[in-house]
Amino acid sequence: MIEAHLEKDLFGASGPFRLSVNFRVDDGQCVTFYGPSGAGKTTILRMLAGLETPQEGFISVNGELWFDARKRVLLPSRKRRVGFVFQSYALFPNMTVGENVAYAMQKTSAVKLEDLLDLAGILELKDRYPSTLSGGQQQRVALIRAISREPMILLLDEPLSALDVSTRLELQDEILRIHRLLGAATILVSHDKQEVFRMADMVLSIKEGRIHAEGSPREVFFKRRFSPKFAVTGRVLAIERADIVFRAFVSTGTEMLQVILGERDAKRFKPGDEVLVASKAFNPMLLPLFEPFETKELRQVCQAGVGYID
Amino acid sequence: MNLTPFFLTFKLALCATVILTAIGIPAALWLANRRSLLASGLEASVALPLVLPPSVLGFYLLLMFRADGPFGAVWERFFGHPLVFNFEGLVLASVVFGLPFMVQPLVAGVRSIPKELIEASTTLGKPWWTTLVRVVLPNMKASILTGCVLAFAHAVGEFGVVLMVGGNIEGETRVVSLAIYDAVEALDYRSAHVYASVLFAFSFLTLLAVYRVNRRFFSA
Repeated sequence: MIEAHLEKDLFGASGPFRLSVNFRVDDGQCVTFYGPSGAGKTTILRMLAGLETPQEGFISVNGELWFDARKRVLLPSRKRRVGFVFQSYALFPNMTVGENVAYAMQKTSAVKLEDLLDLAGILELKDRYPSTLSGGQQQRVALIRAISREPMILLLDEPLSALDVSTRLELQDEILRIHRLLGAATILVSHDKQEVFRMADMVLSIKEGRIHAEGSPREVFFKRRFSPKFAVTGRVLAIERADIVFRAFVSTGTEMLQVILGERDAKRFKPGDEVLVASKAFNPMLLPLFEPFETKELRQVCQAGVGYID
Repeated sequence: MNLTPFFLTFKLALCATVILTAIGIPAALWLANRRSLLASGLEASVALPLVLPPSVLGFYLLLMFRADGPFGAVWERFFGHPLVFNFEGLVLASVVFGLPFMVQPLVAGVRSIPKELIEASTTLGKPWWTTLVRVVLPNMKASILTGCVLAFAHAVGEFGVVLMVGGNIEGETRVVSLAIYDAVEALDYRSAHVYASVLFAFSFLTLLAVYRVNRRFFSA
């Protein structure tokens, strides 16, 4: 269990602000720090790992005091049993995959090393150097390296943000599996809502150094005035006039949507705004994305559409 | 044909390189990530031999190393012989003169190591010396090699400082570069040719080796 109260003056893109957070993460819980870049998420993680020192507050992990500003306690980074996974993987380029993982182990044991590599399905990469691996493979190695020193807490700093979507999904499962196996408190920093939704038991939404919302992903992301039947989040790319109405182009991850707006709504939004595209009036249809349409199916869909218009 | 200058030169360059490596690595580690005025000042002092004429540096070293100079007096009390016109003095002068050739590649090497690698090693529970020996130094091998080769080659080729501090004494401080000068003055062009061509070939080959090695490291 992690209990922490952290304060530090930081310098963000829009000037100085004070990071001031209070949180608790139970064993077996996966908590996500969610928020825009520069909000202080990574700094919190680095403070927990001992890579940065808070000005005020305390950090207590499983009853051990790692930091306390008033009692002048500061456990050095190397004595904190954390598994830290970096966005840039941070594998040692001079060591093979096996050596990277063995480096982190307290007692070197060839059997345990192979077990660990096997756990992540990277046993066949044992003698390869990091520079010959794909991003996803590198992050698997980094993950196994992080847990091989048997950490009390697992800290993941945007571990998947440099990976493509399919690799990201695979590794999300991998991280969850390892998290459950370890049974420790896991903290994940992310600015990807889908990722947060899939992985987190609890979200702490952080803005300008403060926690401004916390709860389950559903509570935090869907705390809205109405409950939509269909909703995706996205970002407004452009708004243009089309005769008497306005047309907004919204990007939602990999897809683009067009939404028709009235003049009043068109004035409320500007390009760059984060928005929820929602609908209550009809049931959106789900069609298989990758399987090719059967002609028959397609015809049925068309007929249904025509029928509807009739 | 007197081969002693070759042996002397080789011995001098080897001693200077070994000492420079021992000084250079801690110096580079200290200098690489500091922003203080002191660090900038030190970095500038280290680089001075690149811009000063060797005679200027040689002159000041001569004043320091003299029996009544600040450094020479201490040396003489401890070792019983003067530092100037002596092989040890030549080594020290070569170390001072070779500093930028060793320290600058090393500083660049330390700076090229991503901060996360060091942080990763720390969060994996390793003390700083383990991080240094297993992560930092192995990942700057190319820089260390470059520094050693350049320092060695430069010590081989030094003329001005060696002449001022060493005094061109046969068997003690007459290195190849001085022997060439002597041979030319004595109109012994044959010896001068031998000394000069060996030095020429040696310098070219070391530089070739440095560039080859760096190309291999960076393409890998």
